[in-house]
Amino acid sequence: MKIIVAVKQVPLRDSGIHIDASGKWLDEQDLSFEINEPDAYALEAALLLKEQHGGEVIVLCAGPERAAQTIRETLAKGADRAIHIEGDLVRLDTLSLARLLATAVSGENADLILTGLQSDDLGLGQTGVVMAEMLGIPHASIVMEVEKIYGHIRVKRELEDGWFQWVEMPLPALLTIQSGISKLRYATLMGIKKAKTKEIRRVDAASFGNASPPAVSLDRVYLPQKKKETRMIAGSPTEAAAALADVLKFEVRVI
Amino acid sequence: MSGVLVVLEYRSQSGTSAWNRMSWEALAAGQELAALTGQPLLAAAIGSEPEPPAAEAAQRRLARVYAVKHDLLTPYTADGFTIALEQFIRSVQPAYVLFAHTYQVRDFAPRLAARLEETLIADVVGLHADGTQPVFVRQLLQGRLNADYRHTGHGPCFLSTQAGAFRPETVPSGSCEVEVFRPQLDKTEIRSSPGERFRLSERGVDLTSASLIVSVGRGIKEKDNLPVVEELAQALGAELAASRPICDNGWLPMERQVGSSGQSVSPKVYIAVGISGAIQHLVGMKGSKAVVAINKDENAPIFEVADYGIVGDLFAVVPALTAAVRKVRGIA
Repeated sequence: MKIIVAVKQVPLRDSGIHIDASGKWLDEQDLSFEINEPDAYALEAALLLKEQHGGEVIVLCAGPERAAQTIRETLAKGADRAIHIEGDLVRLDTLSLARLLATAVSGENADLILTGLQSDDLGLGQTGVVMAEMLGIPHASIVMEVEKIYGHIRVKRELEDGWFQWVEMPLPALLTIQSGISKLRYATLMGIKKAKTKEIRRVDAASFGNASPPAVSLDRVYLPQKKKETRMIAGSPTEAAAALADVLKFEVRVI
Repeated sequence: MSGVLVVLEYRSQSGTSAWNRMSWEALAAGQELAALTGQPLLAAAIGSEPEPPAAEAAQRRLARVYAVKHDLLTPYTADGFTIALEQFIRSVQPAYVLFAHTYQVRDFAPRLAARLEETLIADVVGLHADGTQPVFVRQLLQGRLNADYRHTGHGPCFLSTQAGAFRPETVPSGSCEVEVFRPQLDKTEIRSSPGERFRLSERGVDLTSASLIVSVGRGIKEKDNLPVVEELAQALGAELAASRPICDNGWLPMERQVGSSGQSVSPKVYIAVGISGAIQHLVGMKGSKAVVAINKDENAPIFEVADYGIVGDLFAVVPALTAAVRKVRGIA
Protein backbone atom coordinates (compact mmCIF):
# COMPACT_ATOMS: atom_id res chain seq x y z
CA MET A 1 0.00 0.00 0.00
CA LYS A 2 1.35 3.42 -0.97
CA ILE A 3 0.59 5.95 1.75
CA ILE A 4 1.23 9.67 1.71
CA VAL A 5 1.34 11.53 5.02
CA ALA A 6 0.96 15.31 4.89
CA VAL A 7 2.69 16.96 7.85
CA LYS A 8 3.15 20.53 8.97
CA GLN A 9 5.85 22.17 11.04
CA VAL A 10 4.38 24.41 13.74
CA PRO A 11 5.72 26.55 16.62
CA LEU A 12 6.58 24.55 19.71
CA ARG A 13 3.76 24.46 22.24
CA ASP A 14 4.30 26.96 25.06
CA SER A 15 6.76 29.02 23.02
CA GLY A 16 6.80 32.72 23.83
CA ILE A 17 4.55 34.83 21.64
CA HIS A 18 6.01 37.91 19.98
CA ILE A 19 4.07 39.49 17.15
CA ASP A 20 6.18 40.54 14.16
CA ALA A 21 6.44 44.04 12.65
CA SER A 22 3.76 43.36 10.04
CA GLY A 23 1.29 42.57 12.85
CA LYS A 24 0.15 39.56 10.84
CA TRP A 25 2.23 36.74 12.25
CA LEU A 26 4.73 35.81 14.95
CA ASP A 27 8.31 36.92 15.03
CA GLU A 28 9.93 33.61 14.15
CA GLN A 29 13.35 34.57 15.49
CA ASP A 30 12.46 33.49 19.01
CA LEU A 31 10.52 30.41 17.99
CA SER A 32 11.41 26.76 17.92
CA PHE A 33 9.40 24.40 15.75
CA GLU A 34 8.13 20.84 15.89
CA ILE A 35 5.88 18.52 13.95
CA ASN A 36 2.18 19.34 14.34
CA GLU A 37 0.97 16.83 16.93
CA PRO A 38 -2.02 15.36 15.04
CA ASP A 39 0.28 14.92 12.01
CA ALA A 40 2.67 12.90 14.18
CA TYR A 41 -0.26 10.54 14.87
CA ALA A 42 -1.06 10.42 11.14
CA LEU A 43 2.53 9.35 10.50
CA GLU A 44 2.25 6.72 13.22
CA ALA A 45 -0.96 5.36 11.66
CA ALA A 46 0.77 5.19 8.26
CA LEU A 47 3.80 3.36 9.66
CA LEU A 48 1.53 0.83 11.41
CA LEU A 49 -0.40 0.20 8.17
CA LYS A 50 2.87 -0.32 6.30
CA GLU A 51 4.00 -2.82 8.93
CA GLN A 52 0.74 -4.77 8.47
CA HIS A 53 0.30 -4.56 4.72
CA GLY A 54 3.71 -3.62 3.28
CA GLY A 55 4.24 -0.76 0.87
CA GLU A 56 5.70 2.69 1.09
CA VAL A 57 5.22 5.76 3.30
CA ILE A 58 5.91 9.11 1.67
CA VAL A 59 5.95 12.29 3.73
CA LEU A 60 4.62 15.47 2.15
CA CYS A 61 5.40 18.81 3.75
CA ALA A 62 4.90 22.40 2.58
CA GLY A 63 6.96 24.99 4.38
CA PRO A 64 10.13 27.06 4.39
CA GLU A 65 13.62 25.63 4.59
CA ARG A 66 13.40 25.06 8.35
CA ALA A 67 10.72 22.40 7.75
CA ALA A 68 13.52 20.11 6.48
CA GLN A 69 14.32 19.32 10.13
CA THR A 70 10.79 18.01 10.74
CA ILE A 71 10.95 16.02 7.49
CA ARG A 72 14.22 14.37 8.55
CA GLU A 73 12.61 13.36 11.84
CA THR A 74 9.76 11.62 10.00
CA LEU A 75 12.30 9.77 7.83
CA ALA A 76 14.17 8.73 10.97
CA LYS A 77 10.94 7.30 12.39
CA GLY A 78 10.50 5.12 9.33
CA ALA A 79 9.01 7.05 6.40
CA ASP A 80 10.64 5.94 3.14
CA ARG A 81 11.02 9.24 1.32
CA ALA A 82 9.69 12.79 1.34
CA ILE A 83 8.46 15.62 -0.84
CA HIS A 84 9.20 19.12 0.45
CA ILE A 85 7.27 21.98 -1.17
CA GLU A 86 9.40 25.02 -0.44
CA GLY A 87 8.36 28.61 -0.70
CA ASP A 88 6.71 31.55 0.98
CA LEU A 89 3.41 29.93 1.84
CA VAL A 90 2.24 32.09 4.74
CA ARG A 91 -0.08 34.20 2.60
CA LEU A 92 -1.81 31.26 0.95
CA ASP A 93 -5.32 30.38 2.04
CA THR A 94 -6.38 26.78 2.60
CA LEU A 95 -7.70 26.43 -0.93
CA SER A 96 -4.42 27.41 -2.58
CA LEU A 97 -2.32 25.41 -0.14
CA ALA A 98 -4.44 22.28 -0.56
CA ARG A 99 -4.18 22.72 -4.32
CA LEU A 100 -0.36 22.85 -4.06
CA LEU A 101 -0.32 19.71 -1.92
CA ALA A 102 -2.69 17.87 -4.24
CA THR A 103 -0.71 18.82 -7.35
CA ALA A 104 2.56 17.71 -5.75
CA VAL A 105 1.24 14.18 -5.11
CA SER A 106 -1.09 13.69 -8.07
CA GLY A 107 1.56 11.72 -9.98
CA GLU A 108 2.14 9.34 -7.06
CA ASN A 109 -1.20 7.52 -7.36
CA ALA A 110 -1.20 6.74 -3.65
CA ASP A 111 -3.77 4.38 -2.12
CA LEU A 112 -4.19 6.42 1.00
CA ILE A 113 -3.41 9.95 2.14
CA LEU A 114 -3.28 10.67 5.86
CA THR A 115 -2.89 13.94 7.72
CA GLY A 116 -3.67 15.32 11.18
CA LEU A 117 -7.18 16.62 11.78
CA GLN A 118 -5.95 20.17 12.33
CA SER A 119 -2.84 22.24 12.86
CA ASP A 120 -1.86 23.46 16.29
CA ASP A 121 -1.04 26.94 14.94
CA LEU A 122 -3.82 28.02 12.54
CA GLY A 123 -6.31 25.38 13.65
CA LEU A 124 -8.60 25.70 10.63
CA GLY A 125 -8.88 21.91 10.43
CA GLN A 126 -9.58 21.66 6.75
CA THR A 127 -6.43 21.24 4.67
CA GLY A 128 -6.87 17.46 4.46
CA VAL A 129 -10.55 17.57 3.57
CA VAL A 130 -9.97 20.21 0.88
CA MET A 131 -7.04 18.20 -0.49
CA ALA A 132 -9.41 15.22 -0.92
CA GLU A 133 -11.74 17.50 -2.87
CA MET A 134 -8.87 18.66 -5.10
CA LEU A 135 -7.90 15.04 -5.80
CA GLY A 136 -11.52 13.98 -6.31
CA ILE A 137 -11.25 11.19 -3.72
CA PRO A 138 -13.49 10.37 -0.72
CA HIS A 139 -12.43 11.29 2.78
CA ALA A 140 -13.24 10.69 6.42
CA SER A 141 -12.32 13.10 9.19
CA ILE A 142 -11.45 12.78 12.89
CA VAL A 143 -10.44 9.14 12.48
CA MET A 144 -9.47 6.96 15.47
CA GLU A 145 -8.83 3.56 13.83
CA VAL A 146 -8.06 2.37 10.31
CA GLU A 147 -8.61 -1.15 8.98
CA LYS A 148 -7.72 -2.10 5.43
CA ILE A 149 -9.99 -4.60 3.76
CA TYR A 150 -9.39 -5.71 0.17
CA GLY A 151 -9.75 -2.64 -2.07
CA HIS A 152 -11.34 -0.46 0.58
CA ILE A 153 -10.96 0.75 4.13
CA ARG A 154 -13.04 0.80 7.27
CA VAL A 155 -12.42 3.65 9.70
CA LYS A 156 -13.69 4.55 13.14
CA ARG A 157 -14.72 8.20 13.26
CA GLU A 158 -15.04 10.12 16.50
CA LEU A 159 -18.31 12.02 16.90
CA GLU A 160 -19.24 14.37 19.71
CA ASP A 161 -19.88 13.45 23.36
CA GLY A 162 -18.18 10.06 23.31
CA TRP A 163 -20.02 8.67 20.25
CA PHE A 164 -18.29 6.83 17.41
CA GLN A 165 -19.14 5.46 14.00
CA TRP A 166 -17.55 3.03 11.55
CA VAL A 167 -17.47 4.22 7.95
CA GLU A 168 -16.37 2.23 4.88
CA MET A 169 -15.08 3.70 1.66
CA PRO A 170 -13.15 2.68 -1.44
CA LEU A 171 -9.47 3.46 -2.02
CA PRO A 172 -7.88 5.80 -2.81
CA ALA A 173 -9.12 7.91 0.08
CA LEU A 174 -7.93 10.63 2.43
CA LEU A 175 -8.24 10.43 6.22
CA THR A 176 -7.68 13.11 8.83
CA ILE A 177 -6.33 11.49 11.98
CA GLN A 178 -7.21 12.36 15.58
CA SER A 179 -4.46 12.62 18.20
CA GLY A 180 -4.09 9.61 20.44
CA ILE A 181 -4.88 6.99 17.77
CA SER A 182 -1.91 4.96 19.07
CA LYS A 183 1.32 5.51 20.97
CA LEU A 184 3.94 7.48 19.07
CA ARG A 185 7.23 5.74 18.36
CA TYR A 186 10.64 7.29 18.86
CA ALA A 187 13.30 7.35 16.16
CA THR A 188 15.98 4.71 16.74
CA LEU A 189 19.67 5.42 16.26
CA MET A 190 19.58 3.13 13.23
CA GLY A 191 16.56 5.07 11.92
CA ILE A 192 18.38 8.38 12.31
CA LYS A 193 21.38 6.96 10.46
CA LYS A 194 19.27 5.53 7.65
CA ALA A 195 17.31 8.78 7.26
CA LYS A 196 20.43 10.49 5.93
CA THR A 197 20.35 8.36 2.79
CA LYS A 198 16.62 8.72 2.13
CA GLU A 199 15.35 10.86 -0.71
CA ILE A 200 13.84 14.30 -0.06
CA ARG A 201 12.46 15.67 -3.32
CA ARG A 202 12.41 19.47 -3.15
CA VAL A 203 9.78 21.25 -5.17
CA ASP A 204 9.64 25.01 -5.55
CA ALA A 205 6.11 26.24 -4.81
CA ALA A 206 6.56 28.88 -7.51
CA SER A 207 6.97 26.13 -10.13
CA PHE A 208 3.26 25.36 -9.76
CA GLY A 209 2.41 28.74 -11.27
CA ASN A 210 0.69 31.65 -9.62
CA ALA A 211 -1.78 30.88 -6.87
CA SER A 212 -5.23 32.32 -7.36
CA PRO A 213 -6.02 35.35 -5.17
CA PRO A 214 -6.93 34.21 -1.65
CA ALA A 215 -10.61 33.86 -0.74
CA VAL A 216 -9.87 34.90 2.83
CA SER A 217 -7.15 37.09 4.27
CA LEU A 218 -5.65 37.36 7.73
CA ASP A 219 -5.58 41.07 8.59
CA ARG A 220 -3.79 41.06 11.92
CA VAL A 221 -2.98 39.00 14.97
CA TYR A 222 -3.14 40.21 18.57
CA LEU A 223 -3.21 38.93 22.11
CA PRO A 224 -6.73 38.12 23.32
CA GLN A 225 -8.29 40.63 25.67
CA LYS A 226 -9.35 39.18 28.94
CA LYS A 227 -13.10 39.13 29.35
CA LYS A 228 -13.11 37.70 32.79
CA GLU A 229 -11.69 39.21 35.94
CA THR A 230 -9.16 36.70 37.24
CA ARG A 231 -7.83 37.15 40.73
CA MET A 232 -4.18 36.17 40.52
CA ILE A 233 -2.83 34.84 43.77
CA ALA A 234 0.81 35.75 44.22
CA GLY A 235 3.45 34.73 46.72
CA SER A 236 5.60 31.69 47.33
CA PRO A 237 3.99 28.30 46.60
CA THR A 238 3.17 27.88 50.29
CA GLU A 239 1.71 31.39 50.63
CA ALA A 240 -0.29 31.13 47.42
CA ALA A 241 -1.57 27.67 48.39
CA ALA A 242 -2.67 28.90 51.83
CA ALA A 243 -4.45 31.90 50.27
CA LEU A 244 -6.19 29.62 47.77
CA ALA A 245 -7.28 27.24 50.54
CA ASP A 246 -8.84 30.25 52.28
CA VAL A 247 -10.68 31.16 49.05
CA LEU A 248 -12.01 27.61 48.78
CA LYS A 249 -13.23 27.73 52.37
CA PHE A 250 -14.54 31.27 52.76
CA GLU A 251 -15.40 32.51 49.26
CA VAL A 252 -16.55 29.55 47.20
CA ARG A 253 -17.22 27.52 50.34
CA VAL A 254 -16.50 24.04 49.14
CA ILE A 255 -14.29 22.83 51.99
CA MET B 1 -25.83 37.45 -3.89
CA SER B 2 -27.70 38.37 -0.79
CA GLY B 3 -28.76 36.87 2.49
CA VAL B 4 -27.16 35.29 5.54
CA LEU B 5 -27.91 31.57 5.40
CA VAL B 6 -27.54 29.49 8.56
CA VAL B 7 -27.44 25.72 8.05
CA LEU B 8 -28.94 24.09 11.14
CA GLU B 9 -27.94 20.62 12.34
CA TYR B 10 -30.26 17.97 13.74
CA ARG B 11 -30.63 14.21 13.84
CA SER B 12 -33.89 12.39 13.33
CA GLN B 13 -34.56 10.17 16.31
CA SER B 14 -37.64 7.96 16.35
CA GLY B 15 -39.90 10.53 14.73
CA THR B 16 -38.59 13.61 16.53
CA SER B 17 -35.68 15.83 15.61
CA ALA B 18 -32.84 16.20 18.06
CA TRP B 19 -31.22 19.57 17.45
CA ASN B 20 -27.55 20.12 17.83
CA ARG B 21 -27.86 23.01 20.29
CA MET B 22 -24.85 24.74 18.72
CA SER B 23 -27.13 25.42 15.73
CA TRP B 24 -28.87 28.16 17.73
CA GLU B 25 -25.53 29.77 18.51
CA ALA B 26 -24.78 29.82 14.77
CA LEU B 27 -28.22 31.35 14.21
CA ALA B 28 -27.44 34.06 16.78
CA ALA B 29 -24.19 34.79 14.94
CA GLY B 30 -26.16 34.87 11.69
CA GLN B 31 -28.53 37.39 13.19
CA GLU B 32 -25.62 39.59 14.25
CA LEU B 33 -24.14 39.35 10.76
CA ALA B 34 -27.50 40.04 9.09
CA ALA B 35 -27.88 43.21 11.19
CA LEU B 36 -24.33 44.31 10.43
CA THR B 37 -24.66 43.82 6.66
CA GLY B 38 -28.33 44.74 6.35
CA GLN B 39 -29.17 41.41 4.73
CA PRO B 40 -32.08 39.00 5.30
CA LEU B 41 -31.56 36.06 7.68
CA LEU B 42 -32.26 32.63 6.19
CA ALA B 43 -32.04 29.14 7.67
CA ALA B 44 -31.98 25.62 6.28
CA ALA B 45 -32.54 22.11 7.60
CA ILE B 46 -31.20 19.21 5.55
CA GLY B 47 -32.12 15.51 5.48
CA SER B 48 -34.59 12.94 4.19
CA GLU B 49 -37.47 14.42 6.24
CA PRO B 50 -36.39 18.01 6.92
CA GLU B 51 -39.87 19.55 7.01
CA PRO B 52 -40.62 19.09 10.75
CA PRO B 53 -37.34 20.65 11.95
CA ALA B 54 -37.67 23.36 9.27
CA ALA B 55 -41.16 24.17 10.52
CA GLU B 56 -39.83 24.36 14.07
CA ALA B 57 -37.06 26.72 12.98
CA ALA B 58 -39.62 28.85 11.13
CA GLN B 59 -41.16 29.89 14.46
CA ARG B 60 -38.55 32.62 14.62
CA ARG B 61 -38.25 35.99 12.96
CA LEU B 62 -36.43 34.86 9.82
CA ALA B 63 -36.87 35.87 6.20
CA ARG B 64 -37.25 32.27 5.06
CA VAL B 65 -36.50 28.69 6.07
CA TYR B 66 -35.54 26.02 3.55
CA ALA B 67 -35.99 22.28 3.83
CA VAL B 68 -33.29 20.63 1.70
CA LYS B 69 -34.82 17.23 1.05
CA HIS B 70 -33.57 13.96 -0.44
CA ASP B 71 -33.79 10.34 0.70
CA LEU B 72 -30.02 9.98 0.38
CA LEU B 73 -29.37 12.77 2.91
CA THR B 74 -30.13 10.52 5.89
CA PRO B 75 -27.87 9.17 7.26
CA TYR B 76 -25.30 11.92 6.92
CA THR B 77 -22.46 11.46 4.42
CA ALA B 78 -19.90 14.08 3.40
CA ASP B 79 -20.54 13.38 -0.29
CA GLY B 80 -24.33 13.66 0.03
CA PHE B 81 -24.24 16.90 2.03
CA THR B 82 -21.57 18.46 -0.20
CA ILE B 83 -23.44 17.74 -3.43
CA ALA B 84 -26.87 18.75 -2.08
CA LEU B 85 -25.67 21.95 -0.41
CA GLU B 86 -23.62 22.97 -3.44
CA GLN B 87 -26.76 22.87 -5.60
CA PHE B 88 -28.80 24.59 -2.91
CA ILE B 89 -26.29 27.41 -2.39
CA ARG B 90 -25.86 27.95 -6.13
CA SER B 91 -29.63 28.26 -6.37
CA VAL B 92 -30.26 30.55 -3.37
CA GLN B 93 -27.01 32.53 -3.79
CA PRO B 94 -26.55 33.78 -0.23
CA ALA B 95 -23.70 36.18 0.52
CA TYR B 96 -22.83 34.31 3.75
CA VAL B 97 -23.23 30.68 4.76
CA LEU B 98 -22.91 29.92 8.48
CA PHE B 99 -22.58 26.64 10.32
CA ALA B 100 -21.91 25.67 13.91
CA HIS B 101 -18.39 24.22 14.14
CA THR B 102 -19.62 20.71 14.95
CA TYR B 103 -17.81 17.46 14.12
CA GLN B 104 -20.22 16.96 11.20
CA VAL B 105 -19.57 20.43 9.81
CA ARG B 106 -15.81 19.92 10.18
CA ASP B 107 -16.30 16.83 8.00
CA PHE B 108 -18.06 18.34 4.98
CA ALA B 109 -18.02 22.18 5.09
CA PRO B 110 -14.36 22.59 3.98
CA ARG B 111 -15.12 20.39 0.97
CA LEU B 112 -18.31 22.30 0.16
CA ALA B 113 -16.53 25.67 0.36
CA ALA B 114 -13.71 24.41 -1.88
CA ARG B 115 -16.25 23.29 -4.47
CA LEU B 116 -17.37 26.91 -4.68
CA GLU B 117 -13.74 28.14 -4.86
CA GLU B 118 -13.96 29.41 -1.30
CA THR B 119 -12.20 28.77 2.02
CA LEU B 120 -14.20 28.17 5.19
CA ILE B 121 -13.36 30.64 7.97
CA ALA B 122 -13.61 27.99 10.65
CA ASP B 123 -14.25 28.19 14.40
CA VAL B 124 -15.12 31.90 14.53
CA VAL B 125 -15.41 33.37 18.04
CA GLY B 126 -16.62 36.88 17.22
CA LEU B 127 -17.34 39.42 14.55
CA HIS B 128 -17.10 43.16 14.25
CA ALA B 129 -17.64 45.76 11.58
CA ASP B 130 -15.08 47.67 9.58
CA GLY B 131 -17.42 50.12 7.89
CA THR B 132 -19.96 47.83 6.26
CA GLN B 133 -17.47 44.99 5.91
CA PRO B 134 -17.55 42.29 8.57
CA VAL B 135 -14.31 41.15 10.20
CA PHE B 136 -14.23 37.68 11.74
CA VAL B 137 -12.22 36.79 14.83
CA ARG B 138 -10.55 33.37 15.15
CA GLN B 139 -8.18 31.94 17.72
CA LEU B 140 -4.72 30.74 16.75
CA LEU B 141 -2.16 28.68 18.67
CA GLN B 142 -4.84 26.88 20.70
CA GLY B 143 -6.37 30.10 21.97
CA ARG B 144 -3.17 31.96 22.83
CA LEU B 145 -3.51 34.42 19.97
CA ASN B 146 -6.45 36.07 18.19
CA ALA B 147 -6.63 36.86 14.49
CA ASP B 148 -8.91 39.05 12.37
CA TYR B 149 -9.99 37.47 9.09
CA ARG B 150 -11.74 39.05 6.15
CA HIS B 151 -13.49 37.47 3.19
CA THR B 152 -11.88 38.44 -0.11
CA GLY B 153 -13.38 35.82 -2.45
CA HIS B 154 -16.05 36.41 -5.05
CA GLY B 155 -18.42 33.63 -4.00
CA PRO B 156 -20.33 33.24 -0.74
CA CYS B 157 -18.38 33.63 2.49
CA PHE B 158 -18.37 30.36 4.49
CA LEU B 159 -18.11 30.54 8.27
CA SER B 160 -18.42 28.21 11.24
CA THR B 161 -18.94 29.38 14.82
CA GLN B 162 -17.15 28.03 17.87
CA ALA B 163 -19.13 26.27 20.60
CA GLY B 164 -20.18 28.78 23.26
CA ALA B 165 -18.93 31.86 21.40
CA PHE B 166 -22.38 33.28 20.56
CA ARG B 167 -25.38 33.45 22.85
CA PRO B 168 -28.20 31.26 21.54
CA GLU B 169 -31.89 32.18 21.53
CA THR B 170 -31.50 35.84 20.80
CA VAL B 171 -33.63 35.46 17.66
CA PRO B 172 -37.13 36.73 18.47
CA SER B 173 -40.08 34.48 17.75
CA GLY B 174 -42.15 35.01 14.64
CA SER B 175 -43.20 32.96 11.70
CA CYS B 176 -41.96 32.57 8.17
CA GLU B 177 -42.44 30.51 5.07
CA VAL B 178 -40.80 27.11 4.60
CA GLU B 179 -39.63 26.30 1.10
CA VAL B 180 -38.62 22.78 0.05
CA PHE B 181 -35.50 22.41 -2.10
CA ARG B 182 -34.96 19.05 -3.81
CA PRO B 183 -31.36 18.49 -4.93
CA GLN B 184 -30.38 16.01 -7.66
CA LEU B 185 -28.50 13.19 -5.99
CA ASP B 186 -27.64 9.68 -7.14
CA LYS B 187 -26.52 6.89 -4.83
CA THR B 188 -23.44 6.22 -7.00
CA GLU B 189 -22.21 9.70 -6.01
CA ILE B 190 -22.04 8.73 -2.35
CA ARG B 191 -18.79 6.85 -1.93
CA SER B 192 -18.77 6.12 1.79
CA SER B 193 -21.13 3.88 3.75
CA PRO B 194 -21.65 4.96 7.35
CA GLY B 195 -22.46 2.49 10.13
CA GLU B 196 -24.63 3.03 13.20
CA ARG B 197 -23.47 5.48 15.84
CA PHE B 198 -22.31 3.81 19.04
CA ARG B 199 -20.79 4.49 22.43
CA LEU B 200 -17.88 2.38 23.59
CA SER B 201 -19.30 1.54 26.99
CA GLU B 202 -21.59 2.95 29.58
CA ARG B 203 -19.65 5.44 31.60
CA GLY B 204 -18.49 4.16 34.94
CA VAL B 205 -17.62 7.63 36.14
CA ASP B 206 -20.17 10.40 35.99
CA LEU B 207 -18.29 13.66 36.26
CA THR B 208 -21.34 15.67 35.24
CA SER B 209 -22.79 15.58 38.74
CA ALA B 210 -19.52 16.14 40.62
CA SER B 211 -19.48 19.33 42.66
CA LEU B 212 -15.72 19.50 42.99
CA ILE B 213 -13.26 18.50 40.28
CA VAL B 214 -9.48 18.47 40.16
CA SER B 215 -8.44 18.19 36.54
CA VAL B 216 -4.96 17.48 35.26
CA GLY B 217 -3.26 18.25 31.94
CA ARG B 218 0.01 17.96 30.08
CA GLY B 219 1.83 19.95 32.76
CA ILE B 220 1.98 16.80 34.91
CA LYS B 221 4.63 15.55 32.44
CA GLU B 222 4.48 11.84 33.25
CA LYS B 223 2.22 9.19 34.68
CA ASP B 224 4.38 8.66 37.74
CA ASN B 225 3.61 12.24 38.79
CA LEU B 226 -0.15 11.66 39.01
CA PRO B 227 -0.15 11.06 42.80
CA VAL B 228 0.55 14.81 43.16
CA VAL B 229 -2.96 15.62 41.89
CA GLU B 230 -4.59 12.45 43.24
CA GLU B 231 -3.62 13.51 46.75
CA LEU B 232 -5.12 16.97 46.22
CA ALA B 233 -8.35 15.42 44.90
CA GLN B 234 -8.46 13.13 47.91
CA ALA B 235 -7.85 15.94 50.40
CA LEU B 236 -10.66 17.96 48.80
CA GLY B 237 -13.01 15.02 48.34
CA ALA B 238 -13.02 15.88 44.63
CA GLU B 239 -13.37 13.79 41.49
CA LEU B 240 -10.23 13.50 39.37
CA ALA B 241 -10.55 14.48 35.71
CA ALA B 242 -8.15 15.16 32.87
CA SER B 243 -7.64 16.86 29.54
CA ARG B 244 -7.45 14.76 26.42
CA PRO B 245 -3.68 14.13 26.14
CA ILE B 246 -3.63 12.51 29.58
CA CYS B 247 -6.33 10.02 28.54
CA ASP B 248 -4.79 9.52 25.08
CA ASN B 249 -1.59 8.45 26.82
CA GLY B 250 -3.57 5.99 28.89
CA TRP B 251 -2.50 7.65 32.15
CA LEU B 252 -6.14 7.99 33.20
CA PRO B 253 -9.16 6.19 31.71
CA MET B 254 -11.07 7.91 28.88
CA GLU B 255 -14.13 8.19 31.11
CA ARG B 256 -12.31 10.85 33.11
CA GLN B 257 -11.81 13.09 30.09
CA VAL B 258 -13.39 16.55 30.09
CA GLY B 259 -13.88 18.35 26.77
CA SER B 260 -15.64 18.23 23.43
CA SER B 261 -14.91 14.54 22.96
CA GLY B 262 -15.38 13.71 26.66
CA GLN B 263 -17.75 14.87 29.37
CA SER B 264 -19.16 18.35 29.92
CA VAL B 265 -19.04 19.27 33.57
CA SER B 266 -20.43 22.07 35.74
CA PRO B 267 -19.05 21.68 39.26
CA LYS B 268 -19.02 24.36 41.95
CA VAL B 269 -15.25 24.48 41.60
CA TYR B 270 -13.04 23.21 38.81
CA ILE B 271 -9.35 23.19 39.62
CA ALA B 272 -7.30 22.99 36.43
CA VAL B 273 -3.77 21.83 37.11
CA GLY B 274 -1.21 22.10 34.30
CA ILE B 275 -3.96 22.50 31.70
CA SER B 276 -3.23 25.13 29.06
CA GLY B 277 -6.88 25.45 28.08
CA ALA B 278 -7.28 24.48 24.42
CA ILE B 279 -10.79 25.21 23.24
CA GLN B 280 -11.62 21.50 23.02
CA HIS B 281 -11.09 21.37 26.76
CA LEU B 282 -12.72 24.70 27.61
CA VAL B 283 -16.05 23.77 26.01
CA GLY B 284 -16.29 20.89 28.46
CA MET B 285 -15.75 22.93 31.64
CA LYS B 286 -16.99 26.46 30.87
CA GLY B 287 -20.14 25.74 32.85
CA SER B 288 -18.22 25.50 36.13
CA LYS B 289 -19.33 28.00 38.81
CA ALA B 290 -15.76 28.83 39.73
CA VAL B 291 -12.53 27.95 37.96
CA VAL B 292 -9.11 27.81 39.59
CA ALA B 293 -6.09 27.56 37.30
CA ILE B 294 -2.59 26.54 38.31
CA ASN B 295 -0.15 26.86 35.42
CA LYS B 296 3.44 27.86 34.84
CA ASP B 297 2.58 29.85 31.68
CA GLU B 298 0.90 33.15 32.54
CA ASN B 299 -0.32 33.41 28.92
CA ALA B 300 -2.09 30.05 29.01
CA PRO B 301 -5.68 30.47 27.76
CA ILE B 302 -7.00 28.68 30.86
CA PHE B 303 -6.49 31.99 32.71
CA GLU B 304 -9.06 33.54 30.33
CA VAL B 305 -11.78 31.52 32.01
CA ALA B 306 -10.28 31.31 35.50
CA ASP B 307 -11.72 33.14 38.51
CA TYR B 308 -8.61 32.45 40.55
CA GLY B 309 -5.15 31.84 39.21
CA ILE B 310 -1.74 30.87 40.45
CA VAL B 311 1.18 31.19 38.06
CA GLY B 312 3.77 28.73 39.22
CA ASP B 313 5.30 25.28 39.16
CA LEU B 314 2.54 22.80 39.86
CA PHE B 315 5.00 20.45 41.54
CA ALA B 316 5.56 23.11 44.21
CA VAL B 317 2.08 24.64 44.36
CA VAL B 318 -0.10 21.52 44.37
CA PRO B 319 1.58 19.69 47.30
CA ALA B 320 1.44 22.98 49.24
CA LEU B 321 -2.25 23.31 48.41
CA THR B 322 -2.90 19.72 49.47
CA ALA B 323 -1.24 20.46 52.80
CA ALA B 324 -3.17 23.73 53.20
CA VAL B 325 -6.50 22.04 52.42
CA ARG B 326 -5.75 19.25 54.89
CA LYS B 327 -4.97 21.87 57.51
CA VAL B 328 -8.19 23.82 56.87
CA ARG B 329 -10.24 20.64 56.94
CA GLY B 330 -8.43 19.38 60.02
CA ILE B 331 -7.13 16.24 58.32
CA ALA B 332 -3.79 15.05 59.62
